[in-house]
Amino acid sequence: MKTEKKKTGTLFTANTKQLMITYGMVIVVYLICEICILTGVMSNQMKGLLVPLCYYVIMAVSLNLTVGILGELSLGHAGFSCVGLFVGATFSVSMKDVITVPYLRFFLAILIGALAAGVIGLLIGIPVLRLRGDYLAIVTLAVCEIIKNVVNVIYLGKDSAGLHISTKDTASLNLEETGTVIIKGPQGVSGMPSDANFTIGIILILITLFIVLNLIHSRDGRAIMAIRDNLIAAESVGINITKYKLMAFSVSAALAGAAGAFYGHNYQTINATTNSFGYNMSIMILVFVVLGGLGNIRGSMIAAVILTLLPELLRDLSEYRLLIYSIILIGMMLLNWSPKAIEWKKGLAAKLSGKRQAMKEKKPSAKEVQ
Amino acid sequence: MAILDVTNLSISFGGLRAVDNFNISIEEGALYGLIGPNGAGKTTVFNLLTGVYKPNEGHIILDGKDITGKKTIEINKEGIARTFQNIRLFKELTVQENVMVGLHNEITYPTLAGILKLPSYRRAEKEMREKSIELLKVFDLDQEADTLASNLPYGKQRKLEIARALATNPKLLLLDEPAAGMNPNETLELMNTIQFVRDQFKMTILLIEHDMKLVSGICSKLTVLNFGQVLCQGDTEEVLNNPEVVKAYLGE
Repeated sequence: MKTEKKKTGTLFTANTKQLMITYGMVIVVYLICEICILTGVMSNQMKGLLVPLCYYVIMAVSLNLTVGILGELSLGHAGFSCVGLFVGATFSVSMKDVITVPYLRFFLAILIGALAAGVIGLLIGIPVLRLRGDYLAIVTLAVCEIIKNVVNVIYLGKDSAGLHISTKDTASLNLEETGTVIIKGPQGVSGMPSDANFTIGIILILITLFIVLNLIHSRDGRAIMAIRDNLIAAESVGINITKYKLMAFSVSAALAGAAGAFYGHNYQTINATTNSFGYNMSIMILVFVVLGGLGNIRGSMIAAVILTLLPELLRDLSEYRLLIYSIILIGMMLLNWSPKAIEWKKGLAAKLSGKRQAMKEKKPSAKEVQ
Repeated sequence: MAILDVTNLSISFGGLRAVDNFNISIEEGALYGLIGPNGAGKTTVFNLLTGVYKPNEGHIILDGKDITGKKTIEINKEGIARTFQNIRLFKELTVQENVMVGLHNEITYPTLAGILKLPSYRRAEKEMREKSIELLKVFDLDQEADTLASNLPYGKQRKLEIARALATNPKLLLLDEPAAGMNPNETLELMNTIQFVRDQFKMTILLIEHDMKLVSGICSKLTVLNFGQVLCQGDTEEVLNNPEVVKAYLGE
């Protein structure tokens, strides 16, 4: 009886401990960065990278929910952040004079961006999640491109009569003289308040982690992972497959939308190019998730940070940059997935924890004697 | 009173009549065996009972309620749980989590309570942990609660599947070749466990099995399927001595 009680007890605290390590890591990195900024150690170039870094981390964590936890390959994650960005930006620009408290407006913009992306994710998920594997990947890829191209032809303006929308040009919006154009087709949004900063990014990362990690460790998260591991068995114990697939997919989309809205507010003008919101970006985020480890939230954060910083740090090497980048990619993959490397890492972890245990107790415990 | 009443159940795949005019009536608390040569349609019957396939004809009445044509998850909620011939566990989840997935509809809380870790979440999770450990103890798996399901030895994986099915609190438990791949000792142990489960949980059990020692040891009644049709039905002793049955299994 006693041992069982202890067992469930340790499992629970081990869980909480892991959560605390993850949150703690983010906070420590934040503090280090803040100190570097205050003491002037950090270069301007690095400072400019902080907001995109937060964006990539949130994107990687949220995509891991679909790819690692639900086990469905999605290549359209950038599309959802594109939705979040443009909806959030439209809100911010049109409410610029109405809501003057910048943080409140920004918060609402992120929330609305997340909601819009979540709803789009839900609507797309209903037909698309009937597909599996390669087919799902291809369709999500197409959806992402469609979103990007639709955004590129939208003209949106505002005047006293409300919002005007057109797919032709600015003139066809028929705005009053006092009206302003918010989205200018391929030129994107302009006149955005640049509200985003590193601190808000870190808060957003913590919120994302809170939602994703708590979801994973709840009844719903177990249902989602059960579907990933064995669909037929999950159905046989009464789990609603459609409901939980849609839940994971739309939460993941909503978080991408929030990330997009946050990222957009780092710039005054932003447009949807292939590089920022096309499949290139989707695949880059997927690379973060796969290298960090499928289903490993902490891993995808670390991968996102390393792989975003690398190209910048290697800038001095000019033409060798991409070569070294790809070699490091291969190295990371081997380190994560080769059986030998996994064994070595396990051994190392055991050694470290063994040492710590020995230091703590000083006297050999019964376990070690055995 | 019969807990399961199946009448004229039939299904065709293309031109093949996989199950033809299948009838069965199982008394509450019975341990019933479904046997027959390979390809006779036994697993197809299970798939029909659990809603994986929709029957072309016939009716399935569970505890007085018509469940014909319902979806798998609805049928599970009505009270039929099953195991699979080729083990289907949630491999990346721990042993305990596998059973907790089985408790999914038994102990519930809203999604938001889980994300915000409200008291209702803590209470329900605690109850789930206790209940799952209790179930694991029945199968002597409680020591392996934190092991990944895929790391269990074969015999224990089969037991875990039964524990997970039991967690859904069914009225009728369908076991598809529970002793497949087990050695004689493990089979003997499994026989005891199945009987214990029936007595302890007051469960009705229908099982498919090729191991005649197990079948004759614990089943009170048998139905023999051959080429999708019922060949013979009745008390175990009678059925196993029926020349037709012997012929179907061993040939002339």
